[in-house]
Amino acid sequence: MTSLELTINGARRVVDANPGDTLLEVLRRAGHVGVKKGCGSGDCGACTVLLDGRAVNACLVLAAKAEKRAILTIEGLANGDALHPIQEAFLDEGAVQCGYCTPGMVLSAYDLLSRNPTPSEGEIREAISGNLCRCTGYVKQIRAVQTAAERMRSGRNG
Amino acid sequence: MEKRTTLIGASVPRPDAVDKVRGEARYVDDLAFPGMLHVAVVRSPHPHAKVLSIDASKALGEPDVVCVVTHRDVPGANVVHVIYDDQPALADGVVRYIGEPVALVGAVSRRAARKATLEVRVEYEALPAVTDTRRALESGAPVICVPAAAEGGGNVFNRMVLVKGDVDTGFGQADVVVEGEYETGYQEHAYLEPQGAIAVPDEAGSMAVYASMQCPFYVQGAVAKALGLPLAKVRVVQTTTGGAFGGKEDVPSQIATLAALVAWTARRPAKLVLDRGEDVLTTSKRHPSRVHYRTGAKADGTITAIDVDVVLDAGAYQTLSSAVLWRSLVTAAGPYRVPNVHVVARSVATNTVPNGAFRGFGSPQVIFPHESQMDRIAERLGLDRAEVRRRNVLRPGDRTSTDHRIEESVGIAETLDRAVVLADWAERLSRVEAFNKTHADRHRGLGISCVLYGVGLGGKAPSLDKAGATMKLEADGSVTVAVGTVEMGQGLSTAILQVASEALGIPMERVHLAPMDTSRVPDGGPTVASRGTMMAALAVLDAARKLRERVVAVAREVGIPDAAAAERWSEIARAFWTRNVDPAVEGWAKTEPVSWDPTTGLGDAYPVYAFATHVAEVEVDLATGEAHVVDFAAAHDSGTILNRALAAGQVEGGIAQGLGFALSESIPQKEGRLVVNGLTTYRLPTIRDVPLNARVDFVEAAFPAGPFGMKGIGEVPLMAAHAAVARAVAHAMGRDPARYPLDPPYVRELLSASA
Repeated sequence: MTSLELTINGARRVVDANPGDTLLEVLRRAGHVGVKKGCGSGDCGACTVLLDGRAVNACLVLAAKAEKRAILTIEGLANGDALHPIQEAFLDEGAVQCGYCTPGMVLSAYDLLSRNPTPSEGEIREAISGNLCRCTGYVKQIRAVQTAAERMRSGRNG
Repeated sequence: MEKRTTLIGASVPRPDAVDKVRGEARYVDDLAFPGMLHVAVVRSPHPHAKVLSIDASKALGEPDVVCVVTHRDVPGANVVHVIYDDQPALADGVVRYIGEPVALVGAVSRRAARKATLEVRVEYEALPAVTDTRRALESGAPVICVPAAAEGGGNVFNRMVLVKGDVDTGFGQADVVVEGEYETGYQEHAYLEPQGAIAVPDEAGSMAVYASMQCPFYVQGAVAKALGLPLAKVRVVQTTTGGAFGGKEDVPSQIATLAALVAWTARRPAKLVLDRGEDVLTTSKRHPSRVHYRTGAKADGTITAIDVDVVLDAGAYQTLSSAVLWRSLVTAAGPYRVPNVHVVARSVATNTVPNGAFRGFGSPQVIFPHESQMDRIAERLGLDRAEVRRRNVLRPGDRTSTDHRIEESVGIAETLDRAVVLADWAERLSRVEAFNKTHADRHRGLGISCVLYGVGLGGKAPSLDKAGATMKLEADGSVTVAVGTVEMGQGLSTAILQVASEALGIPMERVHLAPMDTSRVPDGGPTVASRGTMMAALAVLDAARKLRERVVAVAREVGIPDAAAAERWSEIARAFWTRNVDPAVEGWAKTEPVSWDPTTGLGDAYPVYAFATHVAEVEVDLATGEAHVVDFAAAHDSGTILNRALAAGQVEGGIAQGLGFALSESIPQKEGRLVVNGLTTYRLPTIRDVPLNARVDFVEAAFPAGPFGMKGIGEVPLMAAHAAVARAVAHAMGRDPARYPLDPPYVRELLSASA
């Protein structure tokens, strides 16, 4: 076991890690169980987190490689009771069913909208094509990202 | 039928989604208990072998390992209790499939438990394996299953027949006869949350189980049986469940039993969560099938007879195969009026992973054939494919293939008409033909499919079709409701809250649905067969009626007029408390009588049937063989829709699973070994593969005995979708596929055969 210093959702944490531990394992052990393990092989996207602002599969990143970088998990997205507009849009558009893919899907959308506030449908598809969902058929999730994009734009303009 | 007002049908947002978008919903692997061990499973590497010895001494010497459990340590019956009890919890003397549990390691970490499984020495002596149903049915094939579970003799678990009218007469009246052989393979549920359970030794020698599941009462029964405990000493709590689709019907009984055996032995909480790879390799899937189908029809398209032979590959143990097979049997004719019917259906044992429930439960294996046959009849007779269906679909007052006269809530014809309009069928057909004339590299195709789906367990298992609910008026006017079927993503909890608040006449915010806990509600059967919401809602209506009676009485006592009960609800609740009135009620529901005569297969198979018609348009790349769905229309009759957005969500998700089944999802099996590497090689539909322009509508032929007229929807969309997609590809190719999936290699094979 070694100690790692990670910055998770803006807070500095010292966590224990084995040399081969993935960021997913370490985050979940540190209590960030909103980061979901769906496959452990980078196929499903359920463990998506942001590393220095970019979406990554936490199961494919060695925990040691995340030192000195900003980690954002789903728990860090809302501001207290106030949900992020993407989270709001997922609720309003009915884009949540079993919810297991939701944290990863929301964070992939966050990555997209932070780089591209006016994505086309094709760009949304591209951005969340690494996030598998077995429940929804993706229809309402695309709509949720579109709605979030509109709201975030008008929020900024207003 | 209850009067429906504002809440029923409304697209009320799901209350459980808030925790889910915040990442605060707690699934089983997110939970831990003090002193909790982690369980890893030692599994058979052989499809069929004798187990000569198990030596755990080296594993027990590893640091962090607390116990190794084998069949000798099972305190109760060494079975995974489902229907036949032929599957041992832990192998005793023989293993029958690759991946069968042989021993369990309990350790303080998951890593230590997994590592120690490699140190458990198991000596095997290989036995001849049978991994193909054709071989299993040959005379002289070794019997590879538990003989007591093979009701059909040899390797045949079950053999069922359905005989209505006289097929020889029927074929004699036919102007055209079409015949086909159809095969489908494995479909993996791929719920995003893998299987998992935590068993926690509780006070007074009892056991609590927290798990991801559809059927808490199945788990309660299985754990009690393996531990030798009375049911009252096993309490099962469902954790937030990350998708199920049938995959968490029977399998959690196994997972929870294994966790409970370690917890019992070590007297500590024990968690078993499967890795994705392990989950895909060792848990049930959709039964692979071979179906022979012969259909006779008159020149006007009217069907006169069908003769069907169904073989399902059950895998090594019975699990739910008898029930799955029964649905194949009674669904074989589809939503059509067929006067003369002969069906023989067999579930056959092989040395492969036991197959179980998957959304549709034995029906897609006959739907692909019956819809292919329908198109071939249309083609032979020069009829439009929608029209030939219209001439045969069941109408109110008709008799189904099991001779069940159905009078009410028969909306198949309406779904057909609606889907044809939504798809603009005739116009789209001419556009497709024009497209194909001008494109040499790609062709488009249009497919239509009509399905019937019996809601509930039906005549094969009538004692499971019941449901309970409890309802408690709290002193502040809030209401606690509990039901015996579960939320697993489909939206049951939201629909139940709508029904409860509608029936009580109070806002939804005042009603809270308690987590599913078997100690809170009576055994209300499983959350399967598209019955969960319908049955729980009926029980809730019964409870609400009883509570309303008391509310009215108490209101009168304190001088509150009936009309003001809703506004002055809190005062009434307070009066319950101050006057010592019992604020708790129980609701109960059971379905209409059903019947099944095993000698003829006839009877009133299900309490009610849901229906759907789907139309798919695909584009096929003639060089690569890739098929892509470009347009979709779906019309459903699930009776009254309780929540339109949630129902549409079920349909959209079902379309995705259906197109996956038809086009990409498969697992090759070689000598009992599944050739698949988790989700890396299993091709699930992604966001690039689904139609985003699907038009979904509901015709709502109300079911008078259902809650506000609703019947089930959950499984139906997948049932209709796969066949519409497959037949669209067939149309584009001008060839009839004989098997799923229609992946690029198979499409290219069909195209080259036609060249």
